Amino acid sequence: MTDALAGKAADPKAILTGSSPIADDTEGMSYLQRLPRRLVTLYLPLSIILLVLLFPFYWMALTSIKPDNQLLDLDTYSPFWTWNPTFKHIYKLLFETDYPIWLWNTMLVAVCATALSIIASVLAAYAIVRLRYKGAQWVGGAIFLAYLVPPSILFIPLSTVVFQYGLFDTPFALILTYPTILIPFSTWLLMGYFKTIPFELEECALIDGASRWQILMRIVLPLAVPGLISAFIFCFTLCWNEFIYALTFISSTQYKTVPVAIVTALVDGDIYRWGSLMAGAMIGSLPLVILYAFFVEHYVSAMTGAIKE
Amino acid sequence: MAIALDQAKPGYPDVTTWDRLKTNKNWLAIWFMLPAAAFLILFLAYPLGLGVWLSFTDARIGRSGIFVGLENYEWLWDDSTFWLSVFNTLLYTIVASTVKFAVGLYLALLLNERLPFKAIIRAVVLVPFIVPTVLSAIAFWWLFDPQFSIISWSLRKMHLINENINFLGDIWNARWSVIFANIWRGVPFVAITLLAGLQTVSPSLYEAATIDGATPWQNFRYITYPLLTPIIAVVMTFSVLFTFTDFQLIWVMTRGGPVNATHLMATLSYQRAILGGQLGEGAAISTAMIPFLLAAILVSWFGLQRRKWQQGESND
Repeated sequence: MTDALAGKAADPKAILTGSSPIADDTEGMSYLQRLPRRLVTLYLPLSIILLVLLFPFYWMALTSIKPDNQLLDLDTYSPFWTWNPTFKHIYKLLFETDYPIWLWNTMLVAVCATALSIIASVLAAYAIVRLRYKGAQWVGGAIFLAYLVPPSILFIPLSTVVFQYGLFDTPFALILTYPTILIPFSTWLLMGYFKTIPFELEECALIDGASRWQILMRIVLPLAVPGLISAFIFCFTLCWNEFIYALTFISSTQYKTVPVAIVTALVDGDIYRWGSLMAGAMIGSLPLVILYAFFVEHYVSAMTGAIKE
Repeated sequence: MAIALDQAKPGYPDVTTWDRLKTNKNWLAIWFMLPAAAFLILFLAYPLGLGVWLSFTDARIGRSGIFVGLENYEWLWDDSTFWLSVFNTLLYTIVASTVKFAVGLYLALLLNERLPFKAIIRAVVLVPFIVPTVLSAIAFWWLFDPQFSIISWSLRKMHLINENINFLGDIWNARWSVIFANIWRGVPFVAITLLAGLQTVSPSLYEAATIDGATPWQNFRYITYPLLTPIIAVVMTFSVLFTFTDFQLIWVMTRGGPVNATHLMATLSYQRAILGGQLGEGAAISTAMIPFLLAAILVSWFGLQRRKWQQGESND
């Protein structure tokens, strides 16, 4: 709204200067805005939003290295900083609890479920986009609908199914159920990527006598590597993030994943638990943040690629 | 001519049924679709049907139930906790989705401006979405601690309040607190996907409109918004869907308390089915979510279609 008001005043000037040949093309119309106005309409709201978005992480990191006495005494010590960082909480977490095991479980489940889903999705997406069998359109639509089925209406019947198949309380319960969340998403994403690969390449290969399998392995997949990376990273993140299935299907502590274990096993009556809880939350999110830092572009393209039809 | 044909004929049987199958599209497609179909049928379609069936039985954990008709639903109809959870879910979804959309769109517009360190800022914005929900929910749990909350402390130091706010212990405070946490997590997703949509809008449209004397508000209303509508519809469908079925945030922060004030339908069904052992009743609550979800999907889907038609695009 302030934008609109401020813009009105500057508008006549804009039309005048707009015809000036000095105007730099690379800036577009942004030279119309003067610095003071940009401070109020752009930098101020942006920094407030960024502050709110990032503060919980700062607080998480700070809490995990604060000594216990400073943690609960907000008045004697400045709560926003600490001069005596301690690794006690992190040490306690890594060597006195099962945290490394939970981290390993999460990693194992995420990698296996992601790999399974990517293999299944590559085949399915290729068949839907390029084999164009009878009813491929309908199958594509059905997969999109499957994407819209949320885990929180499936976990009750799935728990009985998992029990029937004898998977209850094993890592396989998660490795085999996570693909139901991942396959619809990654199939949809890969369908978009496969559509951009020129048909002619495949026709050439067909004329040269390649089978469909060879075409997929030697032509389509090498060209779709960015899409595969996007799908892999996004699936991995979804697995790491998953909570309700892991909470329902796993009951013994040694098979739990990090999100479930933190909530069920790490929360005890101790009033000083916050240090190690926050350390657990921080270390649990670190692998994803590092992965994200390396593949920001792929991540964003996965997110927006799944939204675009 | 005839002789030539006769001589060519013996070559035919070499093309066996097997050879034809190998190049038959439909036959190949079956094999390509098999892994995905197996997963989705065994672990998605079958449980979905089973869930509806369970809601008509009195199944408990460790005992397969018998058909009891609509008894579970009749029971829920008279259950005030269930209706409270429906109210909470609707409040949670409507408030959180509206705010997420408004703030997300605003943030997307801000990020679309020329900025120093643009790439880094955009990357940082998405971090709340990357970090597992449960882990950030724990951070919020600590931020909302009744005794040692840094928010209460800061407000007290600024002399805005006299005593600590009981964030998660009071009925309405708890509701607003979990809604805030949900918004915090959802805004980056909305902002970044809308930003991707904004970047496809050609700057020359704004230039042309500005030359014609359009104000920034008019630029937004008559250029940005109409061109962005398709992506808004899809993003908001997803946002509403995931907010409506949220479980993690609530379970970590309040477990549905205080006095069921933050129980969503998903958390209530977990409590009844898994903790209470009443699988049938829990399944009935889950099944009751399906009509709401379908309504949300249809509304945004038709909103999208109408928009396409108005813009003169073909309905593909």
